Amino acid sequence: MHALHQVYRTFFYPHSFRLSLPNVWAGFQVNIKMMVIAEALVLVFALALAIVRGLPGPAARPLRALAIVYTDFFRGTPLILVIFIVGFGIPGLQLGYISSRPVIVYGVVALTLVYTAYVTEVYRAGIESVHPSQRAAARSLGLTYAQTMRYVVVPQAVRRVIPPLLNDFVGLQKDTALVSVIGVAEATQLAQQFSTQNNDFPSLVAAAAFFILLTIPLARFTDHLVSEREQRERAQAF
Amino acid sequence: MSTNGDAPFVHLRGVSKWFGALCVLDKIDLDVAEHNVVCLIGASGSGKSTLLRCLNRLERIEEGEIVVDGQRVNDEKVDVNALRRKVGIVFQAYNLFPHMTVLQNVTLAPRKAGGFTREGAEGQARSLLKRIGLEDKADEFPDRLSGGQQQRVAIVRALAMGPKVLLLDEITSALDPQLVSEVLGLVRELAESGMTMIIATHEMGFAREVADKVCFLDAGRILEEGPPARIFTEPSEPRTREFLSRVLEAEKLS
Repeated sequence: MHALHQVYRTFFYPHSFRLSLPNVWAGFQVNIKMMVIAEALVLVFALALAIVRGLPGPAARPLRALAIVYTDFFRGTPLILVIFIVGFGIPGLQLGYISSRPVIVYGVVALTLVYTAYVTEVYRAGIESVHPSQRAAARSLGLTYAQTMRYVVVPQAVRRVIPPLLNDFVGLQKDTALVSVIGVAEATQLAQQFSTQNNDFPSLVAAAAFFILLTIPLARFTDHLVSEREQRERAQAF
Repeated sequence: MSTNGDAPFVHLRGVSKWFGALCVLDKIDLDVAEHNVVCLIGASGSGKSTLLRCLNRLERIEEGEIVVDGQRVNDEKVDVNALRRKVGIVFQAYNLFPHMTVLQNVTLAPRKAGGFTREGAEGQARSLLKRIGLEDKADEFPDRLSGGQQQRVAIVRALAMGPKVLLLDEITSALDPQLVSEVLGLVRELAESGMTMIIATHEMGFAREVADKVCFLDAGRILEEGPPARIFTEPSEPRTREFLSRVLEAEKLS
């Protein structure tokens, strides 16, 4: 009984909960902001990179190589290191404007750099999953390579990768918490401060609850899309 | 073979192609006059599809020369996009774009590569669809159509670019038997209207009826060619006889 009471006091004490909530919520809005901006940037950059990786011909070889180096590098480096390097390194360069941005900007840059590498692979899988006969049909009608990608391949590829894409974005949402290490006042950091001052943990539990509340709808929506697609494909098989 | 004395519309000389060590086309010579229909027959793997895919440069050739409408297809400097606007192709598996409606499938290339306005392309598409009795399917997606309807849409999609020659690559092979005739009916109409066509097919009765010339392919070679009346009744090559009797046998069984 005593142990249970301890758990209650330490993690779920309503008074601490109430006191910390406004701060944690304010911090969580910073998380949402970082997430939305980084996601939008990732969607665009990753698609561009995936298309570059698929460019045909020997002339495009340097570009393809560059794209491969990029994804290898940023998929292989732990996000927290990239956040440190960008967040402390770029201000340390003392390059005027570039080095004097608010710290949240460096957080978004680090998240975008790393997640672009992941999402590039997702897009690439989608592009490769479009059957070659679709390209053959489009090219046979006289469409150029670029038009074939733009109107035939990419639209089909994007539709197919929406579930794994959303999956990566659940990861991105959670990883915005890591940006606290360079001093962004987001939910985790504010909750941590509160926790240290009060010597209990309801503030951290509150922060966790916010993240969960945000990711669950996204996860259910992804499930819904997947099952919808399965049903459609089953209907086509008959 | 040219009936009008001019250079043939499609002209192949000594065309060879390998996939790695495998020779899929072996010194092919073929001439097709304008407004003529040539049928390619032969077993699966004899090179019929590859031959068609070389004519619009979906595949490159290693040797020989292909000329279509006075343009050297195997020339490195050829504008492939311009060439392909002249050479329509229809595939066995239809290859419609599944994320687009029937109307969008038919209008995409005319709008983006054929210099049509949206209105112009849609007007043309609707009248083509009307001709094949599918104007009410214009706003449906391909997966709502039967195989025969999809294949007819694929033919119309190729026609919308105003090609001067049409290549048909076993376009009825993926269809249920009762859907074959609606597709062949459309091809027959095209033949009667004077469309130049090269048709790879397993439908011997149809080949006999529409072809001006039939070529029997075997292991990447044109082993025998001639008017259908002769090829189907008194083929000179034993391989042709063997192939035709096997096909006839299979048709009896089905």
